[in-house]
Amino acid sequence: MSTLEIKDLHASVTTDAGAKEILRGVDLTVRAGETHAIMGPNGSGKSTLAYAIAGHPKYQITSGEVLLDGENVLEMTVDERARAGLFLAMQYPVEVPGVSMANFLRSAATAVRGEAPKLRTWVKEVKGAMEDLEIDQAFAERSVNEGFSGGEKKRHEVLQLSLLKPKIAILDETDSGLDVDALRVVSDGVNRYKAAGDVGVLLITHYTRILKHIEPDFVHVFAGGRVVESGGAELADELETNGYVKFTGAGAAAS
Amino acid sequence: MSSSETVAANPEGRTYGRGGVPPAGAMERFTSYDVEAFEVPGGREEIWRFTPMKRLRGLHDGTAAFDGTAAIGVTGGDGVTAETVGRDDARIGQGGIPSDRVGAQAWSGFREATVVTLDGTPEPVTITLDGPGEGATAVAHLQIRTTPHTQATVVVEGRGSGALADNIEFVVADGSKLVVIVTEEWADDAVHVSAQHIALGRDATIVATSIAFGGDLVRISPTVNYTAPGGSAELFGLGFADAGQHLEQRLLVDHSTPNCTSNVLYKNALQGKEGVTDAHTVWIGDVLIRAAAEQTETFEFNRNLVLTPHARADSVPNLEIETGEIAGAGHASATGRFDDEQLFYLQSRGIPEDAARRLVVRGFFGEILSRIPVTELRERLEAAVEAELAFTGV
Repeated sequence: MSTLEIKDLHASVTTDAGAKEILRGVDLTVRAGETHAIMGPNGSGKSTLAYAIAGHPKYQITSGEVLLDGENVLEMTVDERARAGLFLAMQYPVEVPGVSMANFLRSAATAVRGEAPKLRTWVKEVKGAMEDLEIDQAFAERSVNEGFSGGEKKRHEVLQLSLLKPKIAILDETDSGLDVDALRVVSDGVNRYKAAGDVGVLLITHYTRILKHIEPDFVHVFAGGRVVESGGAELADELETNGYVKFTGAGAAAS
Repeated sequence: MSSSETVAANPEGRTYGRGGVPPAGAMERFTSYDVEAFEVPGGREEIWRFTPMKRLRGLHDGTAAFDGTAAIGVTGGDGVTAETVGRDDARIGQGGIPSDRVGAQAWSGFREATVVTLDGTPEPVTITLDGPGEGATAVAHLQIRTTPHTQATVVVEGRGSGALADNIEFVVADGSKLVVIVTEEWADDAVHVSAQHIALGRDATIVATSIAFGGDLVRISPTVNYTAPGGSAELFGLGFADAGQHLEQRLLVDHSTPNCTSNVLYKNALQGKEGVTDAHTVWIGDVLIRAAAEQTETFEFNRNLVLTPHARADSVPNLEIETGEIAGAGHASATGRFDDEQLFYLQSRGIPEDAARRLVVRGFFGEILSRIPVTELRERLEAAVEAELAFTGV
């Protein structure tokens, strides 16, 4: 049973005009077995929250805490966070020319599992995971994300999720840029991951459509760098109907 | 990264040394077999301005004693003929003419040349080029030629100590394909200044890979001449400059006949050290498309990866075009440090920072090394890259 606790988290980026605060006191707890959806308008800081938890060097944490099973995540390096059981499926996965997907996946699995997976079972495992996500085996020999379409990149993010089996997965706009079929494939992948282990999911999205495939237990509205309202799945329906207008006012007031 | 690091790159693709007045372009390049036809360079000339002249051991100004010899060894086999010939052999010079004083010095000075003729589909051939030994200077002349429709692979290994000036001719006959890998695996003291002259016949192909790891100063100047239509040149390069090393690559691809192609990809990594002369790479990529060279297709790309402070990469791509009737022409150059986004991505999957860095560098060179068809050589070079990386702890 894992728990990710985010307590009064504040984070800034450095701009030409000085430090700019983006996260303004985020409080959120994600427990194993739960799926949380964070929804909010563009520019509300949703992605910043994801990157700040993962440890992207662009963001400075100015106050607050992030704990994974009581351990202080903010004191860990980026790779230590991943090995501790955090995973971020990125909105814009990075291309790494010259590093094959196969080599990358094996390096990552070796690091996260603490030992190199046995070659024979590993090949089978990867092949099966790729088939589940309808990824052509030829991708294994291609450079990481290089020349992949938007949909192919997202499938590979979920492929990594399924192989690395984190305790808590943060999915940052994994649904953006996907057509209907790809959305189904990717959502099925996330649901398989949820079903296979006692894991927590934090799903960041702008649209409600992915929530028709991945059912959230909790929905949070994010505006002005913090959670401004929380509820059950019905909150997503309300957002679908009324949009974010009501909350952008609240976010502005909070700042 | 410390502020003492220098990264020099020229995204505009044109650098004209002093005063902004373009020198005579590569179109009017002076060539001669005679060393006396060239003035002694002082180091401010366009073609010498990046080279540390003091470290040339006198190869350029007549002060080198040329008291040593550089032995050339050739592994035999079916379809491989190695000959030692005199200066008057009619074949000598079919590859090209020197265009700088060191090349002409080597040409004026050699007594015997090695000519290796490849016929049919021989097994890969290895040619060794040994330096004259520490403190000694030497010249050498090597010609590698194919017969029509031959398909052959040659590895030329430069190794040992001392200072060597040479000309290497590649005469690629009609319809033949020559895959050549030239490695600079010299000892730390070595100086190698080499002019490579590539002459391509009708529908002939060369795939040339230049690997530069060793030596104190290595300056390689490959020139591609198309003697008939349909020629294709693919030129790849990989350099790894350590603290104090100067690795210079000066390419000229001279498109003078129609329907020829060229593709150039050179990649260098640099790692310097505090208190030692900067690790330095220089890449000059001149491509000419003359008026007659219609339907030319050419692309050249240089990438430099600066691993540490105290390193300097100069990159000057240059394209001169005299006809609008071309299939395509492009060039690009990029010099950078480690991409932080790549490191973040790899680390976010649990891969420790040092392993992530190694993955990125391996990947950077993998694009060149993976094309080397000789397995044993490829593995040796991959191991050499690993050793370089382990040395700095990158």
